[in-house]
Amino acid sequence: MEGTTNIILCGTGGQGILLASEVICAAAWNSGFDVKKSEVHGMAQRGGSVSSHVRFGDKVYSVLVEQGTAHLILSLEKMEGLRWAHFLSPKGRLVSADIRINPMTVNTGAAEYPDVDLLIEEKGIPCTEVPVLFIAKELNNYKVVNVALLGAASTLIPGIEVSAWEKAIEERVPAKAREVNMEAFNRGREVPHIVKEVRT
Amino acid sequence: MVKKLNQVRSGTLFLSGNEAIARGAWESGAHFAAAYPGTPSTEILETVGEHYPEINAQWAPNEKVSLEVVAGASFAGARVLSAMKHVGLNVAADPLFTLSYIGATGGIVVVSADDPGMHSSQNEQDNRLMARAAKVVMLEPSDSQEALDFTREAFEISEEFDTPVLLRVTTRICHSKSLAKVGDRKEIPVKGYTKDIAKRVPIPANARKMHTRVEERLKKVSEWGDGSSLNRVEMRDTSVGVITSGISYQYVREVYPEASVLKLGLTNPLPWKIIEDFIRSVGRIVIIEEGEPYLEESIRSRFLIDARGKALVPNEGELNPELVRKALKPESVIETPIQATALPGRPPTLCPGCPHRGAFHTMAGMKFSSTGDIGCYTLGLMPPYNALETTVCMGAAVGVLAGIEKALEGMEMPRLVAAIGESTFVHSGITGLIDMVYNGNTGTVMIMDNSLTAMTGGQENPTTGRTLQGKPAPVLDLVEMVKACGVNRIVVVDPHDLKEMKRVLKEETQAPELSVIITRRPCIMAYKPLRKSVAAHDPDKCVHCKACLRLGCPAISWDPEAGVPAISEMHCWPNCNLCVQVCPVGALSKDLEGVV
Repeated sequence: MEGTTNIILCGTGGQGILLASEVICAAAWNSGFDVKKSEVHGMAQRGGSVSSHVRFGDKVYSVLVEQGTAHLILSLEKMEGLRWAHFLSPKGRLVSADIRINPMTVNTGAAEYPDVDLLIEEKGIPCTEVPVLFIAKELNNYKVVNVALLGAASTLIPGIEVSAWEKAIEERVPAKAREVNMEAFNRGREVPHIVKEVRT
Repeated sequence: MVKKLNQVRSGTLFLSGNEAIARGAWESGAHFAAAYPGTPSTEILETVGEHYPEINAQWAPNEKVSLEVVAGASFAGARVLSAMKHVGLNVAADPLFTLSYIGATGGIVVVSADDPGMHSSQNEQDNRLMARAAKVVMLEPSDSQEALDFTREAFEISEEFDTPVLLRVTTRICHSKSLAKVGDRKEIPVKGYTKDIAKRVPIPANARKMHTRVEERLKKVSEWGDGSSLNRVEMRDTSVGVITSGISYQYVREVYPEASVLKLGLTNPLPWKIIEDFIRSVGRIVIIEEGEPYLEESIRSRFLIDARGKALVPNEGELNPELVRKALKPESVIETPIQATALPGRPPTLCPGCPHRGAFHTMAGMKFSSTGDIGCYTLGLMPPYNALETTVCMGAAVGVLAGIEKALEGMEMPRLVAAIGESTFVHSGITGLIDMVYNGNTGTVMIMDNSLTAMTGGQENPTTGRTLQGKPAPVLDLVEMVKACGVNRIVVVDPHDLKEMKRVLKEETQAPELSVIITRRPCIMAYKPLRKSVAAHDPDKCVHCKACLRLGCPAISWDPEAGVPAISEMHCWPNCNLCVQVCPVGALSKDLEGVV
């Protein structure tokens, strides 16, 4: 449907993809949109690739984002972002964490981890890399990488005000981790501006 | 957010299909629910257990038992639900097919969660065909709101028409979330048990009458369905009429918003009148359905029309908007500006600290492999272990090993043991073991006991000591159970004690009689370590042999620049020292004091 925002979140098992997609859905719902999301459980939990499709707008039918229509891909692992890049729309953008996690095949030497930066450049994929590891280190909490990435991406998601994001984090993040996640979100939110300043 | 959902009496919730089914059962006044975990159905009972204490919910040892206990509860006049994955319905098919004849005293809803695309399954059977074969009523929701509403409707249909109702969902319904209006619980008293032999004992004389009633029931429900809101005609452009059901409806609406649509919610028996009227009022008929040509063959043979279906969309895998667009509106296919990149896959792996790693590493080192089964340990097939060669269905590891032995009697046996988790063994492996004892097999069965049904996310089972709703339970004693089957050689070993694991595997596989090894160590999801502990690596001692990498541990990778292993602080599991044990020169060390 026209007017629907399409987002794909990806990464590997245990990185907090599902919580991040919950927060986006809550924020979109708080902003008055119809929302759907889809994810795959099961085998994916054992360190495999994990992805979640989120769509919101006036009325959403398909739970799946169609190839060539994703406005944003949020990736918590560099190669996983590249794996989904063909879903990007002509105006879409990949927002990727600066995290590399080797698949087992790479660890055992059966496969090689590709030069993701080079491939992104060669294919002309619009991409913002977010230094989530730096933010996580500053906050002394590795688990907040998902929400830091979300903070950076939130500036690129139309139709959702900051207050709706904050309310969503309050609703979806367990009480004891709320404060540090809010901080990670805010620091992530600064990132695109910093990147822009550097480039211009 | 921590609030139990039974406190929410009205309003809108953002629910997965599975959560919506649980909610629907609660609102319907369901009294009792039972299931065996299986992706993508598991969260239905988990949600009931966590949020809806008004429903007495429990894990059963397998799907057949889960359906039998809900059948009994229905006989006693309770509203009941049983949930399972598609292949689970094969296990429960025996009670289902006869329950269809017997009917429902208290409403019976059976959820079949199919897995087209095989995200987490060994086949992609389409259980709409099971509903037809069992002659039970079937409903197919297409989002979470319908999952909730159809569950409520299913209880009403079940009691009104005296039939079990199959609520057929798929992974994309179960694991997708959408907004759903919720209501309050309707309290219904349990009717109580009354003796009714003619109804509940299908000896042939009774069963023949029952079958007649089943045929009448299907006719009645079909006619009722013509006027039911479960089915919906949406007239728009009449040149094309699409007949669809379940998740496929959403894809049709997405890619072809101007088409007329007949959306079927009741798909067994089919509501013939409404289908006939729709066919008459549109031009070309297209049938969009995931999986087998169930609607297509039914409709084509009934009306002898040239409706196109599987000629346009595949019967393998899941449907998605791309495939449906190509089928319905090929001229609108969306260009993708960026081409897909071929990348190394990222298959799932055993967790860091997983008990199974010790067993599979030992097997790999001794060139042993296994007839395998369904669970986390199916991952034993992956490199670097390559220690699993067959998987058929739940419990089959044991029977398959027995059969290989029988075929090769007097010939050289391949180096195989049967590898089966304790939950799967209790589910249906034990009958295989009884067969091995009875028929004189001499092989080795390895029961990998982590006391948790792990692959589906960590559910309780009879060996855990706790029920779904958190009550303490007796722990099933596997050793005594195996002994009672008639096995004389039984060894319990900690699979993380690699020396002992190797000794036991060698000794038991050489024994001239049937032997059972129980590898016992709790799943890492079952406990929280008291403190962090990370393996330390001394690069000066390292001889760069990569023995630690052959563990296939996600915490160990190779640092190509330094030429030594790198230990991931984040992934290293505190209560595991497998890498310390395999290092031949003592370059790895770890302090395990006080971590558990």
